[in-house]
Amino acid sequence: MAHDTVLAAGFADPARDAARAFRLCLNAMARPGTLQDVAPIAAPAPLSAAAATVLLTLADSTTPLFIGTSHDTPEVRAWIAFHTGAPLVDRAQAVFAVGSWAALGPTEAFAQGTAEYPDRSTTLIVERSALTPANARLTGPGIQHAHELRLPDPAAFQANAALFPLGVDFYFTAGTQLAALPRTTKVEAL
Amino acid sequence: MTDQAYNFAYLDEATKRMIRRALLKGLAIPGYQVPFASREMPMPYGWGTGGVQVTAACLTPEDTLKVIDQGADDTTNAVSIRKFFERTADVATTEATAEATVIQTRHRIPEVPLTEGQILVYQVPIPEPLRFLEPRESETRKMHALSEYGLMHVKLYEDIARHGAIATSYAYPVQVEGHYVMDPSPIPKFDNPKLGDNAAIQLFGAGREQRIYALPPYTRVVSLDFEDHPFEPTKADHSCDLCGAGDTYLDEVITDDQGSRMFVCSDTNYCVTRQAEAEAGAAQ
Repeated sequence: MAHDTVLAAGFADPARDAARAFRLCLNAMARPGTLQDVAPIAAPAPLSAAAATVLLTLADSTTPLFIGTSHDTPEVRAWIAFHTGAPLVDRAQAVFAVGSWAALGPTEAFAQGTAEYPDRSTTLIVERSALTPANARLTGPGIQHAHELRLPDPAAFQANAALFPLGVDFYFTAGTQLAALPRTTKVEAL
Repeated sequence: MTDQAYNFAYLDEATKRMIRRALLKGLAIPGYQVPFASREMPMPYGWGTGGVQVTAACLTPEDTLKVIDQGADDTTNAVSIRKFFERTADVATTEATAEATVIQTRHRIPEVPLTEGQILVYQVPIPEPLRFLEPRESETRKMHALSEYGLMHVKLYEDIARHGAIATSYAYPVQVEGHYVMDPSPIPKFDNPKLGDNAAIQLFGAGREQRIYALPPYTRVVSLDFEDHPFEPTKADHSCDLCGAGDTYLDEVITDDQGSRMFVCSDTNYCVTRQAEAEAGAAQ
């Protein structure tokens, strides 16, 4: 196992870099479909810099994590254990999930929240090869007119939005690029 | 001077992560109150502990912070919170609304329209709009889940029955994106129209009640009303005695014990800016 990647520094300046990274996560979730550029960071392949940044910013020992088979390597597991301490669990127990769209599987397998506590749902970090060119048109809260984004399967996000106020929320990551799609966003295939 | 004894922005990283996760779920479910493990802060409840925790979780070293208390930059609460973050986060501070990237507010929305780069953080005393109608949290949770807000309409109707108009003048309930009814914090209802379709991110923190909620930019926010008694933002029927503005929210100031009074803008920065502009215009 390559200890140089596993033990490589996460954030150089943890408090300040996490604050800057969170601002990107916040802007992404508040303005669905907009692309945010994270600072490059050393993370074991196939984990992208953007996905690693989201995990470093939000995951810790209190947030059970599901790793899709696409990302379930000893290096990634060791990196997550060392930097976040997040317990690894099955889909239904996960607060966060990371992996390719295919590896994450149907979103219904994840916690959708409950009617009285819709916040108790999983946030999926979906690793993508690219976030452009767009194949979906997004409207809803956070979007003045319309935004466009490349989504794996627009129909799945329509089904997720139909569950509102339940449903899961998404981050899409590719390289250093980050975008988000909350359950409120209405998705139309282009 | 930064106090190096504290972590950046006072709170420890685990606490900030917990607040950050709550903020993101809040943005994903606009108007829904996300429970969070509010911490003891070095100030009493009621002085903005919720807003301070949200600000601490959001601040970056590059931010410029503005803090207002009922529109004023120079009251005790605003000054002490501003100093708190100057000391613990070493951030730049300002009184100019347009220069700020993060604005923590107690009970007002600034008069100058907010922009896309800005975050407005509200201090909230009672986040539950239904609390005085239904004291049980288990019941209000169900009412929100079912979007069952008949009780709130009855309260507004009783206002009309007693006073001939909806007498609620602050903390006026709003419905967000057709689902959750939300307490906008005790802002005057004059400010309610600014909640919806705002370019800035709006975050609400209630420290004692341990709730966080949020409005993403450009969210549909409707003040509850009736067809025959439509919502009306109200203000004192005067112009500002200092800057002459006729379209701002006014504070009534008692000037002696003979009943003399004057009306001044509640947003001090807006008022001072207008006075300076008028002076500059007169000097030319």
